[in-house]
Amino acid sequence: MRQATATAQATATAQATERAPGADSADARAMGGLALRFSNVVALSGGFPVLTGVDLQVQVGSICWLAGANGAGKTSILRVAAGLLQPASGTAEVLGMNLRSDLPAVRAAVGLLSHQSGMYEELSVAENLQFWGRACGAKNSEIAASLRRAEVSQRLEPVPFAQLSSGQRRRVSLAAMLVRRATLWCLDEPHAGMDAPGRDLVDGLLLEARDSGVTTLIASHDADRVASLATDRVWVQGGAISSDSGLSEGQTTTSNIGRAEP
Amino acid sequence: MREVLRAAVMVCRKDLRMEWRTKATISYVVPFVLIVVVLFAFALDTDPVLLRRATAGVYWITVLFAATLIAQRSAAIEGRDGVMDSLRLSGLDPAGQFLGKAAAIFAQLLLIQIPLGIGVAVLYGVSLERPGIGVLSALLATLAVAASGAIYGPLAAGFVGSEAVLPLLYLPVLTPVMMAATRSAESALGFGVGAGWHWTAMLGMLGATFLVLGTLTAASLLEHR
Repeated sequence: MRQATATAQATATAQATERAPGADSADARAMGGLALRFSNVVALSGGFPVLTGVDLQVQVGSICWLAGANGAGKTSILRVAAGLLQPASGTAEVLGMNLRSDLPAVRAAVGLLSHQSGMYEELSVAENLQFWGRACGAKNSEIAASLRRAEVSQRLEPVPFAQLSSGQRRRVSLAAMLVRRATLWCLDEPHAGMDAPGRDLVDGLLLEARDSGVTTLIASHDADRVASLATDRVWVQGGAISSDSGLSEGQTTTSNIGRAEP
Repeated sequence: MREVLRAAVMVCRKDLRMEWRTKATISYVVPFVLIVVVLFAFALDTDPVLLRRATAGVYWITVLFAATLIAQRSAAIEGRDGVMDSLRLSGLDPAGQFLGKAAAIFAQLLLIQIPLGIGVAVLYGVSLERPGIGVLSALLATLAVAASGAIYGPLAAGFVGSEAVLPLLYLPVLTPVMMAATRSAESALGFGVGAGWHWTAMLGMLGATFLVLGTLTAASLLEHR
């Protein structure tokens, strides 16, 4: 295992594209090219300490893979980064913005793909995308483009979300995330429930995002797939970043992908 | 202000569209209010005078029961499958979200009052003697009930057993609304004509109070559900 703190190298110079709100990128550059800086972050959920002192740095444009066992705290790190879980102590900066004082701006810059769909079951695919797209100020053409980019079939657009298969639901959630034009993606098991083309689609989107300067945090157990995409990997254990993968030697084939040195 | 209105319109349209899809209000709440009215009619059938005098109270108690169901559902649709997280990330103004929810509840409450009004008119043998005060007080009372429902629905949704918690939190708060609405309705029906406008004015103040309270607490409610 290389290290507990993740930084990426080559992609640090990635420029913000037109997809990225300029202010976010400027803030991130002001933070020394860091998209994420957690310092001793402790977070509670229902009184339980889900994060017990996370130190994490992620550079702009990198794909940071959060690895670890179930319940290790990967999802909690994603939720803190997305501004959905406030740290009880420690400092957290996202895209150069303070998570406490700049919460609305942080949230506006984040795209989240979680285990849950975040969609209204009773509304159709098109209605869901219209609602969530317009909420973040997207135009109709951008909403249509995000549906196409997530390869959501046109025949599904009038179908109620409740009637979709799990893979189809995932694609719609992905489209809703794409339409936000976020500069930080927080993905929780993005390949889960997807068929092979869907998994390839996610991989393609991740690489596109990286090339356009988007930073990605990805929590995944799909080591074979994520190892080839990630620029950095951190191990999460017991609500903190661990220097030990906790895996046996035979399972550590993907442990050397971390590109940066401490 | 523009962002508040934009969010309010979006959320209200979305809620009403979902209601149109599921027909929950028409399918369940309308029959429920009619059953309540019929039950009271049977219970007080032996005394037609008492039945007519009780009309206003029965009407507004029935509206409050229906409001509990509608507010419950209004909050529940936001609590499923990560929708709350999406709303927090959406950038939609929290005050606008509150106003949109309140407007959708208001529209549904008005809808149920059409068959309810017809039901009490037929079964209880009453008619509007003063339609102006009747319509205005009904609109203001409905506004107060809807605005408070958009506050207490999400508030109760944060508790375990929210179905039971909502009536415990919501109905006591609505006591002054029910009293003022009942007095105004009695006046509109030709009973106790004297203070009808005063009670109607009180309903206006209560509605405004709940709207301001909901607007001020909307961000906190969105975060702490």
